[in-house]
Amino acid sequence: MDELNALFGGFAVALSGYHLMFMVIGITLGVIIGVLPGLGGANGVAILLPLTFSMPPTSAIILLTSIYWGALFGGAITSILFNIPGEPWSVATTFDGHPMAQNGKADEALVGAFTASFVGAIFAVCLITFLAPVVAKFALKFGPAEFFAVQFLTFASFIGMGRGSPFKTIASMCLGFALASVGLDGVTGTLRMTFGQDELLNGFKFLVAVIGLFGIGEILCSMEDGLKFNGAAAKLRMDAVIRTWRQLPRMWATFLRSCIVGCWMGITPGGATPASFMGYGIAKRLSKRGDNFGKGELEGVVAPETAAHAAGTSALLPMLTLGIPGSPTAAVLLGGLLIWGLQPGPLLFVEQKDFVWGLIASMYLGNVVGLVMVLTCVPLFAAILRVPFSIIAPAIVFVCAIGAYTVNNTMFDVWMMLVFGVMGYLFNKLRYPLPPLVLALVLGDQAESSFRQAMLVSQGSVGVFWSNWLCGSIMTLGLVMAFWPALQALRAKLSGNAAIARAA
Amino acid sequence: MSSHEEAEGRPLVSYRTLDIAVTIFFLIVTAIVMTDSLRLGISWKPNEGPQPGLFPFYIVLAMGIASLINLAQALPHTADGEMAATTVPGLKRMAAIFVPAVIFVLATHYIGIYVSAAVYIGAFMVFFGKFAVWKALAVSLSIAIVNFMMFEVWFLVPLPKGPLEAALGY
Repeated sequence: MDELNALFGGFAVALSGYHLMFMVIGITLGVIIGVLPGLGGANGVAILLPLTFSMPPTSAIILLTSIYWGALFGGAITSILFNIPGEPWSVATTFDGHPMAQNGKADEALVGAFTASFVGAIFAVCLITFLAPVVAKFALKFGPAEFFAVQFLTFASFIGMGRGSPFKTIASMCLGFALASVGLDGVTGTLRMTFGQDELLNGFKFLVAVIGLFGIGEILCSMEDGLKFNGAAAKLRMDAVIRTWRQLPRMWATFLRSCIVGCWMGITPGGATPASFMGYGIAKRLSKRGDNFGKGELEGVVAPETAAHAAGTSALLPMLTLGIPGSPTAAVLLGGLLIWGLQPGPLLFVEQKDFVWGLIASMYLGNVVGLVMVLTCVPLFAAILRVPFSIIAPAIVFVCAIGAYTVNNTMFDVWMMLVFGVMGYLFNKLRYPLPPLVLALVLGDQAESSFRQAMLVSQGSVGVFWSNWLCGSIMTLGLVMAFWPALQALRAKLSGNAAIARAA
Repeated sequence: MSSHEEAEGRPLVSYRTLDIAVTIFFLIVTAIVMTDSLRLGISWKPNEGPQPGLFPFYIVLAMGIASLINLAQALPHTADGEMAATTVPGLKRMAAIFVPAVIFVLATHYIGIYVSAAVYIGAFMVFFGKFAVWKALAVSLSIAIVNFMMFEVWFLVPLPKGPLEAALGY
């Protein structure tokens, strides 16, 4: 019951006219970011972060999370109307969304996608409301060994649940750790990997990496493809809303499955993108109308959108309670909290009650405001894509440069942004996953110092990670995750051999 | 914008070549970090714990091993690997945004971010987008001015400025 009381207190904070205005501004910006190629949730929030330095933290986080919700909603618009996923997590939405638009059912697809996003997000927020305080209370007892175990599990999940080559995931992740170790060593104060360059004293800033990898990298990809927009017209009449909503209740099982998959993938940092693919895949396998998937089935729009939003929202749970973000965008928000002088982690729930509950309440309200806004303003947002790309591309590079400069007020960061941009383009092309790199860059220092502290306590024995059941089971789960692809390969080989033996 | 014929241009680099180049980049990073880690020490110091080089050393050791496996997987000639990763017109279009971007960042050191951004956006619109000069001028100037108002005046976030802004009193 404490949670409910605290939540109502939070609503009182979030429901002021001032904060509602921020929500509307944030969602508008977010949808624009989501619609435009080259700007996504992570780098969009990173670029706008400097504008919030002078705001009170609660208002600032409401603005930034609203941008995040907007970006999540916005990705669906371009996927359905133009077959161009504005965000990686809306790729799965194009499978059925665009065929629906070609069949003249664009309005139903859009309403279905927005409603599904809303349901997924609200499910995840409910989960956060009741689970976050419990996790935070639990985490107060964590020592360095436990923190390292959780961080280990975070990174092992990338290997275990990634879709591409596990070795590319490892390479990308370790590069993030290596970049994070550049600069002043937090424990001993020695300089590492600077080779006498003053610019490297502060190390590589992850916000610069996010802006370069996602922003500039994406622009390069879009330029290479030579963007062509030829889309369906967006007309949304109110009767389409009612028509679609009537069809939705029979999909309750799909909703529920996608919500659960999404929340799981969001809390363990699988992220929204794999969640959307998993949501789609599961629905296709289990639905009665699974054979129609890919030809324009409403359920095929609902499943990935619900999962993506549930994952995107629940990624904030480990960020708030443990200080470990579940997605690159959550990592950027974590960076924001640190800049405003708030230390994310279990203590946040004790020391900054108003902030936490204001934020959680704003998640409910932000999604309601977002749903109303996107349902009413789709044609307006779709019109953004009529702006020629030769204006959008250089303008985005300019905005990215501003974002990179304001991180630390140095031009060196802007140059680094260009370098990271080329890297982002190459990694994208060759299917090196980017989120592990970003998260390793964010958590590298923390993971290293908790590892070293744990080692100090145990005087160098790795046994400390199995010294109690909690830490031990997290570590064991992490090891299973890390070696999951190897286990899968082994099992495939064994069953393959068995099949050959039977055939012979 | 590009036409269809242009999009299917001559292949330039295959996925195989690009993949090998990137794994070599990873191996070079591995070598650099390992050298410095060894200088910092990777052993256990009594009462002080692990030396500062230990953690990076083992991290890049894992990265090196993974990259060697990636290299081994990229080396054999396969049908997928021979596919064109990028084409001549594709690279040209990327250069059309990236090379000016480098000049834009370089120019920022001297004439400030707003003026160089206005030139960058305007020039790109005229040469790449084939816009009329007056349209390009109107759009690029208004983007620069809106950003100037937003950062320097409303939110008070200082960005690099040049002689023009100084003449205006900022």
